[in-house]
Amino acid sequence: MAKIHVTMKVNGAEVEGLVEPRTLLVHFIRENLQLTGTHIGCETTHCGACTVDIDGMSVKSCTMFAIQANGSDITTIEGMANADGTLSHLQEGFRQMHGLQCGYCTPGMIVRAHRLLQENPAPTEDEIRAGIAGNICRCTGYQNIVKAIQYAAAKAKGVEFKEAAE
Amino acid sequence: MNDLTPTREQRTAALEGMGCKRKRVEDIRFTQGKGNYVDDVKLPGMLHGDFVRSPHAHARVKSINTDEALKVPGVLAVITAETLKTVNLAWMPTLAGDVQMVLADGKVLFQNQEVAFVVATDRYAADDGVSKVVVDYEALPVLVDPFKSMAPDAPVLREDLAGKTTGAHGPRKHHNHIFEWSVGDKELTDAAFNKAEVTIKEMISYHRTHPSPLETCQCVCSFDKIKGELTIWGTFQAPHVIRTVVALIAKLPEQKIHVISPDIGGGFGNKVGAYPGYICAAVASIVTGKPVKWVEDRIENLTATSFARDYHMTTEIAATKDGKVTGLRVHVLADHGAFDACADPSKWPAGFFNIVTGSYDFPVAHLTVDGVYSNKAPGGVAYRCSFRVTEAAYCIERAMDILAQKLGMDPAELRLKNFIRREQFPYHSALGWEYDSGDYHTAMRKMMESTDYAALRKEQAEKREAFKRGETREVMGLGVSFFTEIVGAGPSKNCDILGIAMFDSCEIRMHPTGAGIARMGTKSQGQGHETTWAQIIASEIGIPADNIMVEEGNTDTAPYGLGTYGSRSTPVAGAAIAMAARKIKAKAQMIAAYKLEVHEDDLEWDIDGFRVKGLPEKFMSMKDICWAAYNSVPPGMEPGLEAVSYYDPPNMTYPFGAYLCVMDIDVDTGVYKVRRFYALDDCGTRINPMIIEGQVHGGLTEAFAIAMGQEIRYDDGGNVVTGSFMDFFMPTAVETPRWETDFTVTPSPHHPIGAKGVGESPNVGGVPAFSNAVNDAFSFLGSTHIQMPHDYWRNWKAAKSLGVLG
Repeated sequence: MAKIHVTMKVNGAEVEGLVEPRTLLVHFIRENLQLTGTHIGCETTHCGACTVDIDGMSVKSCTMFAIQANGSDITTIEGMANADGTLSHLQEGFRQMHGLQCGYCTPGMIVRAHRLLQENPAPTEDEIRAGIAGNICRCTGYQNIVKAIQYAAAKAKGVEFKEAAE
Repeated sequence: MNDLTPTREQRTAALEGMGCKRKRVEDIRFTQGKGNYVDDVKLPGMLHGDFVRSPHAHARVKSINTDEALKVPGVLAVITAETLKTVNLAWMPTLAGDVQMVLADGKVLFQNQEVAFVVATDRYAADDGVSKVVVDYEALPVLVDPFKSMAPDAPVLREDLAGKTTGAHGPRKHHNHIFEWSVGDKELTDAAFNKAEVTIKEMISYHRTHPSPLETCQCVCSFDKIKGELTIWGTFQAPHVIRTVVALIAKLPEQKIHVISPDIGGGFGNKVGAYPGYICAAVASIVTGKPVKWVEDRIENLTATSFARDYHMTTEIAATKDGKVTGLRVHVLADHGAFDACADPSKWPAGFFNIVTGSYDFPVAHLTVDGVYSNKAPGGVAYRCSFRVTEAAYCIERAMDILAQKLGMDPAELRLKNFIRREQFPYHSALGWEYDSGDYHTAMRKMMESTDYAALRKEQAEKREAFKRGETREVMGLGVSFFTEIVGAGPSKNCDILGIAMFDSCEIRMHPTGAGIARMGTKSQGQGHETTWAQIIASEIGIPADNIMVEEGNTDTAPYGLGTYGSRSTPVAGAAIAMAARKIKAKAQMIAAYKLEVHEDDLEWDIDGFRVKGLPEKFMSMKDICWAAYNSVPPGMEPGLEAVSYYDPPNMTYPFGAYLCVMDIDVDTGVYKVRRFYALDDCGTRINPMIIEGQVHGGLTEAFAIAMGQEIRYDDGGNVVTGSFMDFFMPTAVETPRWETDFTVTPSPHHPIGAKGVGESPNVGGVPAFSNAVNDAFSFLGSTHIQMPHDYWRNWKAAKSLGVLG
């Protein structure tokens, strides 16, 4: 199949590649760019393990062609840490609150939560739950993921999050 | 000593040992997308394999034409059963003593069965090739309902078994019969029923479901023709077992097989077994001389690799009028699908279902299980439970509620009346187990006090009256569940897999600078072993957990182990860790005695080193002993400080717990709300409370999913109608209830650190709690048992059948 040239910005760096028209964005990210933090869990847009941030929106990259992302600005989990390499508030929150177990949903969950907090810096618990409803976790039962996001929201405001991980 | 000398508390805290809510080591990489899962493995020249699968549930395969597929650009090979026959791998043995087709050999027996394996340069080309393979099928009559499996005119599914009147577990009664398993005393049990004042009988079904970890089953196989070595990266919960299975069936020398389980994205039992994908990828690598990757998609995962449950349990209890149980009789019809590929210890065709007497002092009991074939996917894995233990717990916990209803007793009171008492442990059950320890009354009463159970019952009584007066359309249910698990398989006297005893192992090697590595026979799929195993070592030998690296999943470096499933890691491998650490400590004591110039018996252990009794200033830290082990050991002693332990547990462990679910159901819509869920778990000694509670949250969420909707359902034609996350209930953060956790601690008397295992308790105890809540909600309207799963539609149907929809 004839290949098409695409360019995009991923985690701040300009990248390019040759893709088939049918190449899924998640495969371009994982195979061509070797950024394997973005995962595939269902291939039907249900589980959210493949969530990346595209031009300020959370997008499930298993249901988008790479050519549709041509020219866009993408952030994956590999672009979520602070510039100095330390863990972001969200990443730290997931660790402190025990918001992950097998780690497979975690990249999508963190990328989604990042956008949620951009849109709503002080979400209620119900808003957090609704905000991550496109991301399935099989291990944690979500309770500590909610706390992890609350932790990050508190830290962003410069206050300590008191609640301990359960 | 001076003001800067750390206190004993500070020294203990610095270790981050057992009992500490240590943050997880794994999270540093997982939160940054730096985990290394199987699909992340990329090798030069790697090919991709994909399956042609059967659209039919039962059909004869008349021909397979691969000509067009081989013309697709990028397609290198198409493997069929004929190809596999040349290496004697068209069929493979199952863990349950049956055989299973790797690729369709003459017929297909379930929808999405593997028919051919297309190997291509990338996953897209492989998929193109799959679409070009032409298979000519002749449809055959389909058998979906297990209750019809043994009808005289039922279609013959397994033609390969023609004339075989005996299977791996004894005589077969019918061409679709697999085994009959019988436990207990039939005569005494029948006698108890004959003179019973009260009896109940109910057919309690536990529907077919699927573990469905977020990462599907996958592997990369790489065969090195020059060395004759096969390396397999795979999503294996039990990598050593996979290595031995490959050695046995592929006839490769076991030292030339390297199995690596990298990070695993959840298992829940799905990743215990051996699947056709692994065999095909290995054969494809041998044929092509290149690495071959196989990655299941979600639909394949749900429809082909290892379902769970599908147990249909006719349950009878005999009791006195005042509610003392006198006998239990259970017959199970077990639907195993097309091949008996249950992942149980080899001698246990129905797993440990004989834990079905539960937490109660049944004087007599009798159990029979009939396993049957049907045109459904093979499997029968333990989805977040020890082998068939969640089926057993659901069976007895539902039946106890039915008995309570018949007697007009409160379900909690009935349980309290029949619990095995603390002083009866170790307790010998009527079906042959020796329960190690328990304090059921304390746990139950704590649950009742913490939830103010009496007040909830009062509220329920008031709501029922209001419902009858037409003031509300909501019914309230209290789901009580008190479960006893049997985990930690297991003692070599009764547990093996393909002849290998179910011990587990740990090797600890201390380095000169006071750091070390522990290598394990287990394999975490999210349980956090890298964190908790180091905590056990920290407490045992006084080296900070941060200084201990834990390595799992590499069969070349790890001691042989049976893997992680059935809540066996802490009961078995956790014990092996403690025993290996104690060997280290024993040698360390000899070194310390030599260095401190005293007799060993003059030393006492003090948190992180040895102290001379009566001379507190004469102390040698474990860190310093590590250094000494490499330069000044006593004369005649070998240098170095390492130990290995293979732990054969003397008994299983028996975690237990008391759960309560409070639920409101709108009868007009069937919509339920879980108002409250309280879970008290007793898993013995608690290694990391944070991780325990995380495990409980996750297990409860899976229990919620299963009880309230998660089902693998087939239509009459054998088509799977719940084959994607669109149809297969997968709760999100919105549906998932909030969890309240609590605990008691009753250590296991036979385990070196008293731990029992916890990961599966919440699934085992949770399912009956949810189901009992639904049933309790409707019971005052005249129902005794409503089958799971309890989704909105079924709740509405229940209300309708009870005549309350006007």
